[in-house]
Amino acid sequence: MATDAIRADINTLEYNPALCINCGMCIAVCPHGVFAPNGRAVQLVRHEACMECGACQQNCPTGAISVDSGVGCAAAMIYAALTGRKEPTCGPGPEPGDGECCGTGAPCCG
Amino acid sequence: MSERAQGCASCCGPLTEAAWTLENTESSTIRTATSTITRADRWDHFLARWGYKRNEHRVEPGLYALGNPTPESPVFVTANYTLSFDALRSVLAGIDGYILVLNTYGINVWCAAGKGTFGTDELVQRVEATGLGEVVNHRRLILPQLGATGVAAHEVKKRTGFKVEYGPVRAADLPEYLKAGEATPEMRRVRFALRDRTVLIPIELVGIFVPLLIATVASLLIVGPLAAAGAVAAAAAGVVLFPLLLPWIPTRDFSSKGLILGGLAALPFALAAFLGRPDTVWWLRAGGALAYLLGLPPVTAFLALNFTGSTTFTSKSGVRREMLTYIPVMAWTFGGGILLIVAVTLLRLLG
Repeated sequence: MATDAIRADINTLEYNPALCINCGMCIAVCPHGVFAPNGRAVQLVRHEACMECGACQQNCPTGAISVDSGVGCAAAMIYAALTGRKEPTCGPGPEPGDGECCGTGAPCCG
Repeated sequence: MSERAQGCASCCGPLTEAAWTLENTESSTIRTATSTITRADRWDHFLARWGYKRNEHRVEPGLYALGNPTPESPVFVTANYTLSFDALRSVLAGIDGYILVLNTYGINVWCAAGKGTFGTDELVQRVEATGLGEVVNHRRLILPQLGATGVAAHEVKKRTGFKVEYGPVRAADLPEYLKAGEATPEMRRVRFALRDRTVLIPIELVGIFVPLLIATVASLLIVGPLAAAGAVAAAAAGVVLFPLLLPWIPTRDFSSKGLILGGLAALPFALAAFLGRPDTVWWLRAGGALAYLLGLPPVTAFLALNFTGSTTFTSKSGVRREMLTYIPVMAWTFGGGILLIVAVTLLRLLG
């Protein structure tokens, strides 16, 4: 797909193969094929395609992966900056004030 | 987002928020669901796409029986957004199973997972509250892959005994996944195809309607019909053309793509401003033309930048870098364009 050509070339994904137990969870959860099997430890093959969703870190049982995950959404970041909120998130939730992520009605929240 | 989920309003009926909380849910209640998408469902999906009562397209959280499930039947987990729930149940036609609906406050799986509402804690609590361990003999939960952002599979296993299996990204691939017992690499990749981008246009239009109306009326009153039409064109380029043409617009950054598209949209207005008033002095006409070339592209670029939140591949780091790079440029060129058009209009009136 052509959208592969447009991707963030900088991100916060870090992977330590020494801690990998080869369970393959990161390969299963990554929506952009960033990890691939390679013998005894998983290999980072498309580092630049990482969108920092955090699924790999969340599901790595040994903590071999770290990524500063968050929403790649300009509208949410602008809204957070304007309202003095620290971390933009999307959509309603249990916290008061949730659901006004960006106030723009951006489709992310639907 | 890419989880093109689809809705249920009719099967669940109107509900109040209070009835959905864990405390008020009877633990042994198993509701029934079908794979049929009714006209009422389709209407609900349509309204959801247009952002009508955007947080109220909800399904009651809890356990649902689909078909005639036995204790050996698979358990599928989803969000309580009608589009998500309906996408799942509609592809499971002919399959007997259970659907465990988490309370994600009416938000789709991926976005809710990013927020954490489609998360480990909610899943563990929902498994316990519904007594799922007594309903089924096995200890397997099939989750949508994009739910992994909020769920730690090993944590769920530790706390409930249930093993989380991540199914495909798209519900449509589920039957094949069930048959094969595993997802192909292709099923694991998120896409952002033309169709995925097109369905986002209605809510983009809804989002800009009020500010655009104000901008158009202001342009009409202060400058004239050409400026008003220019504002509409620049905005339309940002929220209609941009999503459609995204992969084919040159350059990588959303803002630069937006500037290119906005520049093309501004071109006819610049030409009209230059050629449209042959009786005016040349430098006033050139100033008017330049004003369009400065003022309109940043509008398109800003809307394009805001589209990052709707895509399936932009990262926080990437978007932050882009904002730091382009927002000052947009602000200066836009401000310059506005000042110039106002100056040209005033000089024309005076001269």
